[in-house]
Amino acid sequence: MTSLLNIRRRRVDELAETAEGGTSLTVDALRRMARNPVAIIGAVIVAVFVLLALFAPWIAPEDPYTPFQVLKDQLRADSIPGPQPGFPLGSDEFGRDFLSRLIVGAQQSLVVGVMATLIGLAVGMVIGGLAGALGGWVDTLLMRLTDIMLSVPSLLLAISIAALARHPSQWTVIIAVAMVSVPIFARLLRGSMLAQRASDHVLAATALGVRRRTIVFRHMLPNSVGPVIVQATLTLATSIIDAAALSFLGLGDPDPARAEWGLMLGNAQRYLDVRPELAFYPAVAIIVVALGFTLLGESMREALDPKNRR
Amino acid sequence: MLRFVVRRLLQAVPTLLVLSILLFAWLRSLPGGPATAMLGDKATPAKIAQLNQVLGLDQPIYLQYLRFLRRVLTGDFGNSLVSGDPVVEEIGRAFPATIELSVVALIIAVGLGIPLGYLAARYRGRMLDNVTVVGTLVGVAVPVFFLGYLLKYVFANTLGWFPPSGRQAVDIDATHVTGFFVLDGMMTGEWDAAWDALVHLVLPGLALATIPLAVIVRITRASVLDVVNEDYVRTANAKGLAPGTIRGRHVLRNALLPVSTTIGLQTGLLLAGAVLTEKVFNWGGLGSLLAEGIDRKDYPRLQALILLAAFVYVVVNLLVDISYAIIDPRVRVR
Repeated sequence: MTSLLNIRRRRVDELAETAEGGTSLTVDALRRMARNPVAIIGAVIVAVFVLLALFAPWIAPEDPYTPFQVLKDQLRADSIPGPQPGFPLGSDEFGRDFLSRLIVGAQQSLVVGVMATLIGLAVGMVIGGLAGALGGWVDTLLMRLTDIMLSVPSLLLAISIAALARHPSQWTVIIAVAMVSVPIFARLLRGSMLAQRASDHVLAATALGVRRRTIVFRHMLPNSVGPVIVQATLTLATSIIDAAALSFLGLGDPDPARAEWGLMLGNAQRYLDVRPELAFYPAVAIIVVALGFTLLGESMREALDPKNRR
Repeated sequence: MLRFVVRRLLQAVPTLLVLSILLFAWLRSLPGGPATAMLGDKATPAKIAQLNQVLGLDQPIYLQYLRFLRRVLTGDFGNSLVSGDPVVEEIGRAFPATIELSVVALIIAVGLGIPLGYLAARYRGRMLDNVTVVGTLVGVAVPVFFLGYLLKYVFANTLGWFPPSGRQAVDIDATHVTGFFVLDGMMTGEWDAAWDALVHLVLPGLALATIPLAVIVRITRASVLDVVNEDYVRTANAKGLAPGTIRGRHVLRNALLPVSTTIGLQTGLLLAGAVLTEKVFNWGGLGSLLAEGIDRKDYPRLQALILLAAFVYVVVNLLVDISYAIIDPRVRVR
C-alpha cells in the first residue's frame, strides 16, 4: 500500500514538473528571447558591462587611483586637462586618468548593483515565501509590513536608512538601496505563490498527502520565481540609479579615491562649468547599463508571459 | 459608497500608526541618540542630559512613544539645527514651491503621457510606437539629477532660453500672497511676475516629469492594448458603432482606470524626484530643505519631512482609491 502511494506520489511530482512547464517553459522563453532583437541588445550590453567589470584591472590602461604629475601640472582652478597622448579622456579633478577610473568604475557599480539586488532579493524572498507558504495571520502581518514600507516613497526610504549610518560607506548605500526593493520582491513572490496554491497540480499533490515542505519547495517555489527573476533584472537597473542618487545627495562613501559611477557623477557636479565631460561620461555609462538591464528584464517578462506564447 | 470611503480611511490609520512607531525607532537609533542628533555636534554632556530630561528620555519607552506621538500630532517637531526656526514654519514656507513644481510636472506627465501612450497603442508596431517605447525605456534609465543638469547646461547655460535656477528673477518686484508664484502673479495682476515664474518652472518641471511621463506612457499603452481585445469592444465593433465612439467610450474610458492608479503612485516618485531636481535648480522647496538637512545632519527637519512625505503619499493614494471607486463601481464590492 505504502509503496503504491510512493509510486503515485513520485508520478504526480513528475507530472507536476512537466505539466507546468519546468524546463520546457524556460527553454521556450529562451528561444523566444533569442529571436527578439531587444533581448539581444540588452544581453549584449549586460555582457559587455559584466566583462568590463570583471577584467577592469587588466583593461584599465593606467592606475586609476594615483594622480599623474603630468596631469597635476596642468590642473588650474578654472580648467581640468582634457584628452592628450596617454590619457584618451583626459584627467579628473585630482589629476588621475579619467578613462581608467571609468573602467574600474564599472566594477564598483556592478558590485553596488548586484549586492543591493541580492540582499533585497534574499530578504524579500524570505518574507514573500513565508507569507505565501504559510498564509493566514503570518501572511496578513507580513503584507501589512510591506504595505508600510511601500508607503514611504522609495528614495526617501533609502535616504532615511542611509542617514542612520554613523560612518557613511559603500555598504550604507548598498543596504539602503536593497531595503527599498524588499517589499516589491516580497509582494511578487507571495502573489505568484498564492496563484500556485490554487492551481491544480498543487491541489493534486495535497490530495495525495505530499508533505507541505515538499509542496512548497518542489511545486510552488520553482513555478513562482519567474516574475521575481524578471524583477531582479529590472532592480539591477534601478539599484545603480538609486545608488547614484544617494551619492549625489552626499550620503554615499565620502572617500574621493573610490571610482564608482554614481560617486563620480555626484562629485563632477562641482566641476560642471569647468569640464562637463566629468559628469557626462559616468552618466552615459549609468544610462546605458541601466537600459541594458531594463531591456533584458522587459524582454524576459515578455518571453515568460504565457499570453505571448506562440 | 460611504462605507467604502470609511473602510478605506480606517485602513490608512494603522499604516500611519506603525509608520510613526518606525519613525520613533528611527529617531532613537540615530547616531548618538535623539538628543545628540537634535543638538548637533556642538552638544555638551550637560546639555544632552538636560534635553534628555526635557524629551522624557529617562521615562519608560511606551511613555516616550506617547509623548512623541503627541508632539507629532500637535506639529511640534522642534527647531531646525540649520536655521533655528521651528521646523513646521520652515516646511510651511517651502511647501508651495514644491507643490507648484510637482503640479507642473504632473501636468506635463499626464498631458503628454496619456495621448502618447494611446497613440502608441493605436499604431502598434509602427514607427511612432517603436520610438515611444524606446523613449520610455531610456526615460526611466536616466538619473533625474543628470537630466536636470543636462537641461540646464543646454537650454540655460548654452542657449540661454530659460533661467538656470531659482523660482523668479531677483529683480522682479512681485507680491507674494499664497507662495505659489504663478498664482500670486495672476491674483495680483502682475502678469510679468507670473510669466517669469512660469518660465522658471519649465526646465525643472521637465526634469521632474520625465520618469512619471515614461511610466504613464507605458501603462496607458499596455492598458489600451488590453482593452482593445475585450469582448465588449468586439461587440461594439460588431454592432457597427462609429470608430470614434468606440475609441472614446469603450476603449479609452476603460483603459484609463489602471492609469489613474498609476498617477497616484507617481506622487511618491515626484516627492523623491523633487529632492534631486530642487537641488540641481536651487529651487528652495521641500527637496532643498531635505538635501540641506542631509548635508548638515539636521535630524528634526529630516524626521518631519519623512513623516510629511509618507503622510502625503498615503493621503494621495487614499484619494485615488476613492476616485477609482467612483469611476469603477466594481471596486466598491470588494
